[in-house]
Amino acid sequence: MEKLQYEKPYIKKLHAGVMNKFGTRTGVQPVKNIDGISVKSLIETYGSPVFVLSERQIRKNYRSAYRAFSTRYPKVQFAWSYKTNYLNAICQVFHQEGSWAEVVSGFEYRKALGNGVPGNKIIFNGPGKTNDELQMAIENDSLIHIDHFEELNQLLTLSNNLANKPRVAIRVNMDTGVYPLWDRFGFNYENGEAWTALTKVVNSGKLQLAGLHCHIGTYMLTTAAYGIAATKLCDLAIRCQTQCNHKIEYIDMGGGFPSTNTLKGAYLPGNDTVPSIDDFAEVITSTLLNYGFANTDLPSLILESGRVLIDDAGYLLGTVIANKRLSSGKRATIVDFGVNILFTSFWYEHQISPAQDFVPHSENMVIYGPLCMNIDVIRESINLPPLSPGDQVVVHKVGAYNMTQWMQFITLRPTVVLIDEQQRTHVIRTSETLQYTEEPEFVPTHLKAK
Amino acid sequence: MKIKSNIATSENGFIFNPATGDSFSGNAMAATLLLAMKSGKTEAEIKKNILALYDVNTNQLERDWEDWMIQLKEANLLETEG
Repeated sequence: MEKLQYEKPYIKKLHAGVMNKFGTRTGVQPVKNIDGISVKSLIETYGSPVFVLSERQIRKNYRSAYRAFSTRYPKVQFAWSYKTNYLNAICQVFHQEGSWAEVVSGFEYRKALGNGVPGNKIIFNGPGKTNDELQMAIENDSLIHIDHFEELNQLLTLSNNLANKPRVAIRVNMDTGVYPLWDRFGFNYENGEAWTALTKVVNSGKLQLAGLHCHIGTYMLTTAAYGIAATKLCDLAIRCQTQCNHKIEYIDMGGGFPSTNTLKGAYLPGNDTVPSIDDFAEVITSTLLNYGFANTDLPSLILESGRVLIDDAGYLLGTVIANKRLSSGKRATIVDFGVNILFTSFWYEHQISPAQDFVPHSENMVIYGPLCMNIDVIRESINLPPLSPGDQVVVHKVGAYNMTQWMQFITLRPTVVLIDEQQRTHVIRTSETLQYTEEPEFVPTHLKAK
Repeated sequence: MKIKSNIATSENGFIFNPATGDSFSGNAMAATLLLAMKSGKTEAEIKKNILALYDVNTNQLERDWEDWMIQLKEANLLETEG
């Protein structure tokens, strides 16, 4: 006789009271495949945990974001924000789509060169550039975005006796109506520092002021802030044209567009609250178009989006290690990936889906990683069906920042796999080994194991 | 490890504690276990029956039984000792 299907026994207290207008459905569905490849086979082949990136989704995101801007404005250029995810394979997908590189350190700059990006298509941002790095950027004709007066003076010294003027932009910070203010990058607009820096560059005769740049924040939930920022940059550009007789070639609005992840503490899910890329494009491009530039003088529009282009193309697959009950009676599930590789779990309530069929009952639980550290909490509170050891889970929207901010801490960093558009899988970063992590170490002779 | 005698259970998993007014819903397996426990069967007998009838191995059942006991204790449905 065939045996009956078993499920874990489970009771749930019923609470009388006002009905929840959002209902009780958890919305959890099993996610068994990613781009047509089964989660089970991915874990079998590449181990657990494993990061998986969808090339199809990256290209789709890029194209729809580019379309949102290019259908509204004649001169648009995207520059891939390297710090968001600088695995070379990922950078190459963006470069193939037409992205320049936006880098914020000498390390990232060299990575971009290594990826074959021509020097004049590299934007060099960031507050910390050494003399050697600036020299390298000058020699490669890159766009150097000046963050502070020290850097401006450094550049003026380096550009003595040069035949071609280095191309630079002034980084501008400002009040965009979003608080706390991001006033740490570049020169302030309201107190006149930006204008002082701008005139100093133009009047130096040694540098070519090509653009104006801002980076007003990250995970911006209001489009209005970009309208204000664009207005202030346009004001500087027009004043530069009328008062200094110098035309600004481009306005770079930086990044900061949010993905649809749900921020911690948010009442509604990110999907419902985040403005679309079209909303941002509409505000930025209409500000530029309506500001009063002559048609022939319209500056190019550069965008340095990162997160919005890749977050939902990344998944982290993992396995349940164990379950336990906490002192409060709350269920705790321990999984095999920790906050050391899922840094964004400090910011987001990541959606987690079981990768196999499950019983209809769900239970509120906490999800812990495997690290022996109290901070290793993936989700403090999530409704999921009871998961058994060995069950597999999929964490969604992890493509941005995790594969750059991850740490080798207690455990080693896992393999990263790319699924291409033909549904072939490629390892784009292999899992770390003990040998790899110990390679830069030295043990003095007197401390060597005998 | 005995269910309080005044606890009312239904076959489809509804549980009511008249002493506190608390009510609970359980899944099919919870209903089966509660009925078995109420009928006075011992832990060993209940487990034997489950293993015979359901597609589950001893390890899994033992683990789930521990968790089941904690749930019942948490819900204040077990007879207190002594």
